[in-house]
Amino acid sequence: MDLLNIINNLLKIIGDWIYGLVHGLVGNLLVTDLITMGLAAIILCTFAALSFMGLTYAERKIVARIQDRIGPNQAGPFGLLVPIADGIKMFTKEDTTPTAADRWVYNIAPLVIATAALTAYAVLPLAPGVVGTNLNVGVVFTIAIGSGSVVAILMAGWGSNNKYALLGAFRTVAQLIGYEVPMLLNLIPVVLIAGSLSLVDIVNVQSTLNGSPGIPFVLYFPVSALIFLISGIAETARSPFDLLEAESEIVAGFHVEYSGMKFALFFLGEYVNALAVSFMFATLFLGGYNGPIFPPYVWLLIKAAAVFTILMWLRGTLPRIRVDQMHTMNWKFFVPISALNLIILLLVAKIFQPGNAAMPWVTPGVQAMATAITTLIPFLAGLSIASRRLRSQRDAAEALAETRRAANRAAVTTSMGGAH
Amino acid sequence: METAVRTDFGFVGVMFVTAFLLMAATLYAASLLRPKKPNKEKLSTYECGMETVGDTWVQFRSQYYIFALVFVLFDVEVLLLFPIAVAFGSLSLFATLQAMLFVVILLAALLFAWRKGVLEWK
Repeated sequence: MDLLNIINNLLKIIGDWIYGLVHGLVGNLLVTDLITMGLAAIILCTFAALSFMGLTYAERKIVARIQDRIGPNQAGPFGLLVPIADGIKMFTKEDTTPTAADRWVYNIAPLVIATAALTAYAVLPLAPGVVGTNLNVGVVFTIAIGSGSVVAILMAGWGSNNKYALLGAFRTVAQLIGYEVPMLLNLIPVVLIAGSLSLVDIVNVQSTLNGSPGIPFVLYFPVSALIFLISGIAETARSPFDLLEAESEIVAGFHVEYSGMKFALFFLGEYVNALAVSFMFATLFLGGYNGPIFPPYVWLLIKAAAVFTILMWLRGTLPRIRVDQMHTMNWKFFVPISALNLIILLLVAKIFQPGNAAMPWVTPGVQAMATAITTLIPFLAGLSIASRRLRSQRDAAEALAETRRAANRAAVTTSMGGAH
Repeated sequence: METAVRTDFGFVGVMFVTAFLLMAATLYAASLLRPKKPNKEKLSTYECGMETVGDTWVQFRSQYYIFALVFVLFDVEVLLLFPIAVAFGSLSLFATLQAMLFVVILLAALLFAWRKGVLEWK
């Protein structure tokens, strides 16, 4: 029992031990806080950077398997040393700054994206009592710091003084700011039930709610969870939303001029952001570190890895979408559906609020069922209307093309007939 | 209590500085290791082997501005909903209806923009 307790609270115990050690050495409370915060920050950054290395390998291997390839298998057993080989190459590759580029903006952009991506880990609850900082506005903070990548990408595109890079940057800004709206709209339902913007409180609510066992928010809001995940993929600009770096249209988009370590920092920013979205989804909708048998930090890693696997799966199977499709999907489907969802949720969650004296049979479970069903119905209706409309548009376009082709054939035949 | 104030947003600052310094150190280490043999061709702007024609820093399409304006509208209004959401547990039914009305106005604004053709990507 004692050993089990130690394993479950391993991170907390190590943290307290280090804090006590530093406090004993230094004595001053302020200096102790500064040193331990610095250590924690270094550990979090190292964790993110190391997971970036692991993720590049895992993604290559898994996407290769999905696409019926083998993937990396030369460097080390099963190609496990590929991330290290990549690192050596990135470190020793010559790095150029084009003479036409804006030197300052061009060189700072990779630092901005990597710093913003890493700072998002400051508010992530890893285990009970183990969190970088329990901000009372944690949810808004993660969204705000995530917007740092928009600034960095615009800096890179503008500073490169390259037309492909600038095109990529324009697309990015239009896409990333657009998908922030459904992301925010679908965070509100979670805050409604949790009653707090702190990520720690949100996780705790999902383990116990008014004394009864808590329910993961994905069961409360399946539609919100789905839209949040898709917007999250768009926010991190991963395939199928990677049209800002579409290789086949604008070469590589905003980072076409970058090479060596600066390119690696952009790559790191992308992966660390994608992992942060996975962690956020696990924390907000899947109950964070709550789970039976395994220690809490293991549960958080399992959930985040599962979400990231879905991201890789989508990358391996879906083709890239067009710019107009991207905007249509966001502004004409996600945003109205999310707003409609919110209106319904406000009413239903209020009516079925547990603790109402008039309706003693309402428990959190009943509330969850009510919100889930009442939001699923309009979502499915909207989905069927949208797909029917898109199909009829496509059919009309094809019919028009067919009549044009027929007219062309007729014209060719008569002109040939005239020549005889 | 004092510790809480010092560490809450203090850690965000420490994390930001640490992340920035670590990444800057990586860039500096790479600059020591890598070869540096620039020449005029290597430093020219990449455009599939062609000389670039014209200026890159030009005025761009107003469509991007319109999307950005719609975004600002929504972002600010959605942020106003967060305080309502935090206080939701103790709201009366009437206050909830007011919050719903707020979202309805938001939705109406979106439909207006839609009808005006702002959301078409041409």
